[in-house]
Amino acid sequence: MPNATVAGITVDRNDEGFFTDPNQWTEAMAPELARSEGIDELTDDHWRVLKFMRSEYAQKGTGPTVRVLGKTSGVSIKELYQLFPKGPAKTAAKIAGIPKPRGCI
Amino acid sequence: MTSRIVILGGGTGGTLTANRLRRLYGADEAAITVVDQDDRHVYQPGLLFVPFGLAHTDDIVRPRARQLHEGIEFIESAIDHVDIEAGEVRLGNGVTLGYDVLVVATGARLVPEETEGLLGPAWMDSVFTFYTPEGAAALGAALATFDRGRLVVNVVDMPIKCPVAPLEFCFLADWYFTERGIRDRVQITYATPLDGAFTKPIAAAQLGGMLNARGIEIVTEFNTGEVVPGGRLTGYDGREVQFDLAVVIPLHGGATYVGRSPGLGDELDFVPTDEHTLQSKAASNIFVIGDAANVPASKAGSVTHFEGETLVDNVRRFLTGEPLEAGFDGHANCFIETGFHKALLIDFNYDTEPVPGHYPSPVGLPLLKESRLNHLGKLLFQSVYWHGLLPGRDLPGLGSNMPTAGKHLPVPEKD
Ligand SMILES: Cc1cc2nc3c(=O)[nH]c(=O)nc-3n(C[C@H](O)[C@H](O)[C@H](O)COP(=O)(O)OP(=O)(O)OC[C@H]3O[C@@H](n4cnc5c(N)ncnc54)[C@H](O)[C@@H]3O)c2cc1C
Repeated sequence: MPNATVAGITVDRNDEGFFTDPNQWTEAMAPELARSEGIDELTDDHWRVLKFMRSEYAQKGTGPTVRVLGKTSGVSIKELYQLFPKGPAKTAAKIAGIPKPRGCI
Repeated sequence: MTSRIVILGGGTGGTLTANRLRRLYGADEAAITVVDQDDRHVYQPGLLFVPFGLAHTDDIVRPRARQLHEGIEFIESAIDHVDIEAGEVRLGNGVTLGYDVLVVATGARLVPEETEGLLGPAWMDSVFTFYTPEGAAALGAALATFDRGRLVVNVVDMPIKCPVAPLEFCFLADWYFTERGIRDRVQITYATPLDGAFTKPIAAAQLGGMLNARGIEIVTEFNTGEVVPGGRLTGYDGREVQFDLAVVIPLHGGATYVGRSPGLGDELDFVPTDEHTLQSKAASNIFVIGDAANVPASKAGSVTHFEGETLVDNVRRFLTGEPLEAGFDGHANCFIETGFHKALLIDFNYDTEPVPGHYPSPVGLPLLKESRLNHLGKLLFQSVYWHGLLPGRDLPGLGSNMPTAGKHLPVPEKD
């Protein structure tokens, strides 16, 4: 499993860049993780989604899919794509330090 | 005392559960009631063949009550809601049913209205789905007169019933237009929200290679935002896919009454369920089978069948006060029709992805490999469905737990 150094701290991530242990994540890591996903600045709207991702993960053991995010986060799917153009569920999961959302089986 | 067991839904899961329970309990031990909104039991795997003229909708529909053993009450009514606290189901026809055990088997519902433009003027004109009998028949008529242009098969988002069915549609379309001698005039594109042809890596690589070999273009990570009049799908990320004929698998959700039943369902109206015991998380006397459950298994008839044994045993355990058994392993077993009288078989569970080998043992059907034998297996399955699976029999070679004997399993990585 590849290690990575984020904000000066070594963390475990899988081949696709998802955290395997969400407890290793800190808020201070988010800006650097966002930059590597092509997002230069995290706005309040980004943070709203990231916090939502983490709380969903804590409750349900998996991050939500885009569709569930659109229904429950208070941010529409269109806006979610504006915030995270490369795909909201995956990108936000990476930046929020949680594993890949399990929605699709 | 007679236990009151109410089963919501008389499709694959509801029917086989009712029949298994009826065999387990005498009439004085349990009263079993099945509720469904209509009396048309559709053999859904048959829908795939209808658009290509290989099956007719009349051949795949049978009355529901006739699939239920004697001594099972069938009520034809919509369901209004479940009152978990009171232990009651309120039906659309005004009747209230009290229960000691409730089995939710109301499957998945198509929600095309959630996708912008999907039900617009092009619906059932140049945009179809084969996931309903009406859609499959109308698509058949459209295909018959389609002699050149762009055919796009699009999955709007997961989860869907039978995640391999859209791929099978692509393979059969390739065969169909080849047979008609016009394959070179038809471009086939598969647009999927996944990052490959399937959810699990080894099968995704194999199936992706098969699409490639047939000249079927695959567009990955495409999340359909809108169906635009004039023949365009636009993705939320701004990408566009042009079509002359689109075959769309709409979004799925659980039954609407789930949303009207406080505490029963999730955001998509599926029912949170323990993935091994099949007990709902809403209440200890509610169990869930089939597509209605939000367990991380494929929404497939084979999964529903394999769940039946665990579910019925756990209903029995619950009623006698024994601890439940975490018996279900996520076993799924799917034939994938690949055209030209061949099919491929995949077999997997929660922990093991589909791999090559043979099923159920080293001398069985080839896995993850096209063969005529698998195609025959797929055709035979219709008769097995009505005569073995729905009556709730244990089927030879189709045990509930996933077999490993014939599988080429990867050597586990050492940490
Ligand atoms: C095109 C297609 C191809 C498929 N191919 C395969 C295949 O090859 N292999 C395979 O294993 N699986 C296949 N499947 C999937 C399989 O058909 C389903 O997974 C299976 O039928 C699920 O069983 P179920 O009991 O959960 O739901 P269903 O069999 O769909 O039954 C649900 C029942 O609940 C009833 N209901 C719903 N809401 C209400 C309400 N509010 N009030 C009253 N009644 C209600 C419905 O009328 C229905 O009868 C396919 C599905 C499709 C659509």
